[in-house]
Amino acid sequence: MSVAESKQPARTGFWSDTGKSGIGSWILSTDHKRIGLLYLYSVLGFFLVGVVLGVLLRIELMAPGRTIMDAQTYNAVFTVHGVVMIFLFIIPGIPASFGNLVMPIQIGARDVAFPKLNLFSWWLYTIGALIVLTSLFSGGGAPDTGWTFYVPFSARTGTNVSLAVFGVFVLGFSSILTGINFVTTIHRLRAEGMTWGRLPLFVWSLYATAWVQILATPIIAITLVLVIAERVLGTGLFDPGRGGDPIMFQHLFWIYSHPAVYIMILPAMGVVSEIIPVFSRKPIFGYKMIAVSSIAIAGAGSLVWGHHMYTSGMSDRAVMVFSFLTFIVAIPSAIKVFNWVSTLYKGSISLEAPMLFALSFILLFSIGGLSGLVLGAAATDVHVHDTHFVVGHFHYVMFGGTGFAFFGAAHYWLPKFYGRRYREKPALVGWALMFVGFNITYFTMQVLGIRGMPRRYYDYLPEFADLNLVATVGSWIMVTGLIIVVVNLWRGLFWGESIGENPWDGATLEWSIATPPPTENFEEDPVVTHGPYDFNKGVGIP
Amino acid sequence: MSHQEHTDNIGAKLGMWLFLFTELLLFGGLFILYAVYLARYPHEFSAAGKELNVTFGAINTVVLLTSSLLAAMAVTAIKRGEKGLTVALLSGTLGCALIFLVIKYFEWSAKIHHGIYPGSPRLVAGAPGESVFFGLYYITTGLHGVHVVIGGAVLGWIGTRVNSGSLNQGNNVALENGTLYWHLVDLVWIFIFPLYYLIL
Repeated sequence: MSVAESKQPARTGFWSDTGKSGIGSWILSTDHKRIGLLYLYSVLGFFLVGVVLGVLLRIELMAPGRTIMDAQTYNAVFTVHGVVMIFLFIIPGIPASFGNLVMPIQIGARDVAFPKLNLFSWWLYTIGALIVLTSLFSGGGAPDTGWTFYVPFSARTGTNVSLAVFGVFVLGFSSILTGINFVTTIHRLRAEGMTWGRLPLFVWSLYATAWVQILATPIIAITLVLVIAERVLGTGLFDPGRGGDPIMFQHLFWIYSHPAVYIMILPAMGVVSEIIPVFSRKPIFGYKMIAVSSIAIAGAGSLVWGHHMYTSGMSDRAVMVFSFLTFIVAIPSAIKVFNWVSTLYKGSISLEAPMLFALSFILLFSIGGLSGLVLGAAATDVHVHDTHFVVGHFHYVMFGGTGFAFFGAAHYWLPKFYGRRYREKPALVGWALMFVGFNITYFTMQVLGIRGMPRRYYDYLPEFADLNLVATVGSWIMVTGLIIVVVNLWRGLFWGESIGENPWDGATLEWSIATPPPTENFEEDPVVTHGPYDFNKGVGIP
Repeated sequence: MSHQEHTDNIGAKLGMWLFLFTELLLFGGLFILYAVYLARYPHEFSAAGKELNVTFGAINTVVLLTSSLLAAMAVTAIKRGEKGLTVALLSGTLGCALIFLVIKYFEWSAKIHHGIYPGSPRLVAGAPGESVFFGLYYITTGLHGVHVVIGGAVLGWIGTRVNSGSLNQGNNVALENGTLYWHLVDLVWIFIFPLYYLIL
């Protein structure tokens, strides 16, 4: 590998124009592009860890009874799979990596508002991740509570919950700082002529996301502090034997963790809103509605946390209110889907890799969203609560939604930053395998859930055996596709064909500057004269 | 490549205000718990609240309000270019912070001496609402105390920068942000004091 690397010509742009090299020029850099790539490598690394754990879970569930691990290990593996995927991959995933890479350029800025804070938040992410990883191999062993850390079990289990929870606390702090940075950047650093009505929709989605990060994350922070206090000091605030109430933990936890799913999905919707018009050669349909629906999702999504708790013992009235509000969130989500589909209508569609991922986002997110309504309706939720139906639903929106959008963004934007591109054919094959395997795995899980298979169970009744085998085989197909996609991307970005400034004929500002972009992005501060999807006029600078 | 130093005081203050929102929400979680448990255990909360020492609480309120006043005066002083006065006023703020923590220490010690602390035999055996009240009391005032320490450290660091001249009449947004943070610490206490010491 080192021989091949030495043969390739030196990268231009921000890779070399500072004149500095070595590890220090990365982990101490305040350039938003370098920090974006640091995040990208980190989240991608943890994503692959999470994938391995997920595959192990599927292998264990391939047949009833013990297959490859004992029950305690199984509990630890699904907990760690959840913690890694949620807190280390999908929450920072798109905003911290692609948001950092692309957003400042898209608004015509030289960097984010607080570059040092940006670097600090990556360091906090790294420290938090290391603490979480340490918790797996020290103390009482890997946490076995599930990623939700529900009391009373999390207050009593002998596993290393305190350290893991503290790690998540630090990660939350990192997320808050990124949110503050992005809101300030979007308010203060837009180029001349970059009005709110000309912001690319990816920026709008990051803006909405950043507000959720700012307003929701502190609640999980205090909740986690309380769990640690419960374990270390024995405060008893959630202990029913001492007057506390475990339901209050669930409220506080979901006041953050439900909005957090919008931290995960909104940036993905932004990515799709960028890719669809470019590969349809048509201005986005309903720009304003898509922009406003991001804010509406962030707002309404902050009021629906109770739908995780229909069976926890809330009053019936609360259940009805939360159910009603949950259905409200479906409206702005549907607005987005309909506008994307309208953009496709009579467009000149080219089915290249980013577009395939974006299109599969629409389909998979729709399936996930509709199954979400099954869970949002109290009457049906009671039947499928805590079954594999929930697991299937969640993976449809999070992996089928955000995960596919993440890889769409990788195929769409990474060539711009590396100056080289992947090969198209392996990308298509990888995508197809991922898409087919994905549906086999998670649709089967939804069927299993409807039939009554509970989630987080180590063992199950023999009648579920066939479908579990199908789901496991599906996961192998999916992972095969994933490996092809990642290897193809990696090879392409380092040894692939060179590309020019604007390989997709996009009209947002990142396509107007050199490939790879120079440090500080713009030679001269740009002046924007028209909107981001006006393809006839080209990129937004005259 | 044109390299420009970019400073944006409005942006810096916007970022600080956003951060203060997150701090308010952090304490907001505890205030939610307070509200719910007060509604559930009004009598126990009332009885337990009467065990807190209003005199200590009132003195600390005055001390913190004074510290905030001095911090605000420091901002005006640096804008007038009076470096020595700025440092003196910030030192006054830090002095108040120290007094606050010392009083808090005596207050907590007295409680612990009487067997009131999280998980103590007295609270475990006592009424459930009492245990919840003091659990919340220690977590809330403890977290607030941590913020006093952090705020004091930030103002101390800013004070040395004023003293060395790196913060001055023209460049003082860091001092302004630091004092904003200090006002937040004060503000949170303004809610804690009546909720725990006065209304019960």
